[in-house]
Amino acid sequence: MSAAAVHSLWTTAADPMLKIPAPKIEYGQLSPTLIVIGAAVVGVLVEAFVPRRSRYYVQAFLAVVALAAAFAAVVGLAAGGYGTTKAHIAAMGAISVDGPALFLQGVILLTGLVAIFTFAERRLDPEAHGNRVDSFAAQAASVPGSDSEKAAVKAGFTTTEVFPLALFAIGGMLVFPSANDLLTLFIALEVFSLPLYLLCALARRKRLMSQEAAVKYFLLGAFASAFTLFGIALLYGYAGSVSYGKIADVVDGSVQNIDPALADTMGNDALLLIGVAMVAMGLLFKVGAVPFHMWTPDVYQGAPTPVTGFMAAATKVAAFGALLRLLYVVLPGMRWDWRPVMWGIAIITMLGGAIVAITQTDIKRLLAYSSIAHAGFILAGVIATTPDGISSVLFYLGAYSFVTVGAFAVVTLVRDAGGEATHLSKWAGLGRRSPLVAAVFAVFLLAFAGIPLTSGFAGKFAVFKAAAEGGAGALVVIGVISSAIAAFFYIRVIVLMFFSEPKADGPTVAVPSPLTMTTIGVGVAVTVVLGLAPQYFLDLANQASVFVR
Amino acid sequence: MSFPLLTATAVLPAVGAVATAAVPAARRTAAKWLALLVSLATLVLAAVVLARFEPGGARYQLTESHAWIKEFGVRYELGVDGIAVALIALTALLMPFVILAGWHDADPQETGSSRWRPTQGFFALILGVEAMVIISFEATDVFLFYIFFEAMLIPMYFLIGGFGDRAHAGSDEHAAAQRSYAAVKFLLYNLVGGLIMLAAVIGLYVVAGNFSLPEIVAARANGSLHMATSTERWLFLGFFFAFAVKAPLWPLHTWLPNAMGEATAPVAVLITAVVDKVGTFAMLRFCLQLFPEASKWATPVILVLALISIVYGALLAVGQRDIKRLVAYASISHFGFIILGIFAMTSQGQSGATLYMVNHGISTAALMLVAGFLISRRGSRLIADYGGVQKVAPVLAGTFLIGGLATLSLPGLAPFVSEFLVLVGTFARYPVVGIIATFGIVLAALYTLVLYQRTMTGPVKPEVSALPDLRVRELAVVVPLIAALIFLGVYPKPVTDLVNPAVKHTLSDVHKTDPKPAVEAAK
Repeated sequence: MSAAAVHSLWTTAADPMLKIPAPKIEYGQLSPTLIVIGAAVVGVLVEAFVPRRSRYYVQAFLAVVALAAAFAAVVGLAAGGYGTTKAHIAAMGAISVDGPALFLQGVILLTGLVAIFTFAERRLDPEAHGNRVDSFAAQAASVPGSDSEKAAVKAGFTTTEVFPLALFAIGGMLVFPSANDLLTLFIALEVFSLPLYLLCALARRKRLMSQEAAVKYFLLGAFASAFTLFGIALLYGYAGSVSYGKIADVVDGSVQNIDPALADTMGNDALLLIGVAMVAMGLLFKVGAVPFHMWTPDVYQGAPTPVTGFMAAATKVAAFGALLRLLYVVLPGMRWDWRPVMWGIAIITMLGGAIVAITQTDIKRLLAYSSIAHAGFILAGVIATTPDGISSVLFYLGAYSFVTVGAFAVVTLVRDAGGEATHLSKWAGLGRRSPLVAAVFAVFLLAFAGIPLTSGFAGKFAVFKAAAEGGAGALVVIGVISSAIAAFFYIRVIVLMFFSEPKADGPTVAVPSPLTMTTIGVGVAVTVVLGLAPQYFLDLANQASVFVR
Repeated sequence: MSFPLLTATAVLPAVGAVATAAVPAARRTAAKWLALLVSLATLVLAAVVLARFEPGGARYQLTESHAWIKEFGVRYELGVDGIAVALIALTALLMPFVILAGWHDADPQETGSSRWRPTQGFFALILGVEAMVIISFEATDVFLFYIFFEAMLIPMYFLIGGFGDRAHAGSDEHAAAQRSYAAVKFLLYNLVGGLIMLAAVIGLYVVAGNFSLPEIVAARANGSLHMATSTERWLFLGFFFAFAVKAPLWPLHTWLPNAMGEATAPVAVLITAVVDKVGTFAMLRFCLQLFPEASKWATPVILVLALISIVYGALLAVGQRDIKRLVAYASISHFGFIILGIFAMTSQGQSGATLYMVNHGISTAALMLVAGFLISRRGSRLIADYGGVQKVAPVLAGTFLIGGLATLSLPGLAPFVSEFLVLVGTFARYPVVGIIATFGIVLAALYTLVLYQRTMTGPVKPEVSALPDLRVRELAVVVPLIAALIFLGVYPKPVTDLVNPAVKHTLSDVHKTDPKPAVEAAK
């Protein structure tokens, strides 16, 4: 809903004679989002009407089909030229359909699709009372350790709501990078955040930790949302509109007719600066940039691992998409103001993530800090403010998200009696016991470390090159240094897996169903293909690197 | 389109590596034979490269060029000059011996999980390293070179950390800890070097707009590409740092003794004789050609560091108690000579340095592999644990002596020629440096002969009294290497003919000519 629409509602209330024009919605171009949200709604109905026995199958099937169909729709739109020549702003100015939006939607849908496979995995945990169980709590509402929980487990309940919840989150994420006004941005933010908070709380094992993670995530996320909303209000005061294009016009100084109602505030740079800072804060929170990263390790550790993998990959893609659009569409006119700040944030994010990761002893926390360091690398590309900067960030996000989903999928396999064995000491000697799983994880770690012949190197090279060409040479040097620091802890895990003697009471590697195998297989395939032959995907990212305004 | 010979030379061992890794767990011996055959086939291909290469012909021959990553301006460009051909030949020559020498190094100690296949992994990794080393000798695209320069760390890392020397003084746990420390140290040193180079590679792209070595060199020569002095120097430092870690040059050398000490003897040979050569090779090919002015600017400092390497490496070698670490410090000293020869910027110096790379590869391989055979017999790396071996195992002692004499550059053996050339080349331009470097030879005589004396001569220690002499497999490793040492010592012309034109090209890129002999200048 655009600002104009908000105005018209307002004035209509005052003047009942005025007609409300029917909004023109391009359903075809919004179809990816509509399919996913529609399927999510159907999923809710399935929860209500389908018998408990068959819910799991119906839900999983529905989710997979919806994501695949939405991805097909994205491909169709891109093939129809909506990413390049026919890029435009749809839905009354609320949504932009352009290259970056379609590219990121494609990435989100694909990572969502492979992540859903890990959601549906039911072979890892031993059967409880003859029922196959997944990673999620039998009944989220029952108190951990209580009789009602035991009863729920015994009855074989499963929380199949995770599928519609994930679909809602994906729906929000699809809108987030394509939002073309601040209110749409905010709504998308809430639509994808709220289901994620819930998903975090649903772990079957270590439920207290999971719930704690969810509460932390929710509280901090609520703060961040509040900041964003306040920033949006200030920006409205500054520009007299929440539409990206109009704000950009005011920033550029090309708007003369000042709204009389806002005569006191319009064009007031203080409002602009504070507003932008607050909106950016909200986005940087979602991205997990230092100093807004505090939630990341706790939430990554506490959330059910399939959720962590999904969240780590897809949230980052969506949030960076929104950040790119905000900085490149709304604020190119004030890049001399935001660039130094972003410089600082990129530097402390890269270094902070890499340094703190060294001391971690839990694999999920380690990957959380590594994701922070990666956010810093991506920010280096964002700062370039060139078309190359956009395409390199797009490529990096695509490469990174598959590595992440794959890596967390491997984490779900390494288990002992207490569920997943995430403490690093338990991974000792894994390479001896299950060479294949350890080798696959090593590939992901090497990709995280940016070793050549993996997608991580191609991505890192792309963003650093863009940053260097954009005049941020110092940032490249710091990026390289933090890569070296980061390499240390990735290597440490490899050392543990391959060079340490396995412990007698070490974890076992569960043999997954084809679902998780698919996730891991796709992750490895993408990592290797993007490492050896990134040409096609770089081309794609390059073509997709123009924002519509 | 002609047959892509260079690609084939690199791809063959890579395919062999995959095939070896795929051999079922029970068929260990088949995996070994497969690896050996692949390395021999690679040697044949390398011989074809050598035969097809015309020393007097174009600068880069057998070139291949394909578009690869357009966005980064990266092409798949291969081409070899004489220096590269010599080093490819060295690599391909040494590999069968490395594999043969390591025949039993990766046999599983216990019958554990059937899926754990150390033997297959060991030989697959060795072939993988060979493939990556060969392609980095061939690459004329800086980015392509960088990728394999960096990627070869990973298989090397697993070779060092995963297949350590079983002859270890401490407990198994202690040995494993030492080994993984050495592997991590190796990786971190080289990774940091490589990442700093990455920044310089990106910087080079920002300045030059592409990665093709011949194109950048040509553009700089005809003035169409201008590089500010400070930019050139920073980029040079970025590249040189990585190569100096790899080479290794003092004070970046400390990973080498650990890595060579903990790795099995064949892997130690792989490190010092093959992989490290990429570092010195890259100094010649990339540092000097891409950044001629900065190379000249940095020469004094590099010469001093090389001198320190020569003397310091030799001194520490004298003081070692561990045979393999002794060879490692000797290698550091020798790498000092190679770098000295490169940066003396004379044709004798650089020809000598290239020849040195080849000869050092062969002589270290001979010495280290025989040392490995010795160590595997006694189960100890400490010099003090040996004595009088020559009475028990005369052939072993004799081959050990020849390897040692080659290391101290005895006239008649190959390293003498190269060391002499390096010293002459250095002396022509920097007499004082040449004189100091000569002390390295004296020290080399000291550490080699003392090593021989303590281990092989004197009364037979009871622990070594039953040592068997070299077996057929071991003789098959040692004899050809010694034959090569003697042949190249008497008749080094084939290699010098191969290398000289390439060196002339490099020198003209750096705008340096050989200094006139003093006598002639006085006329």
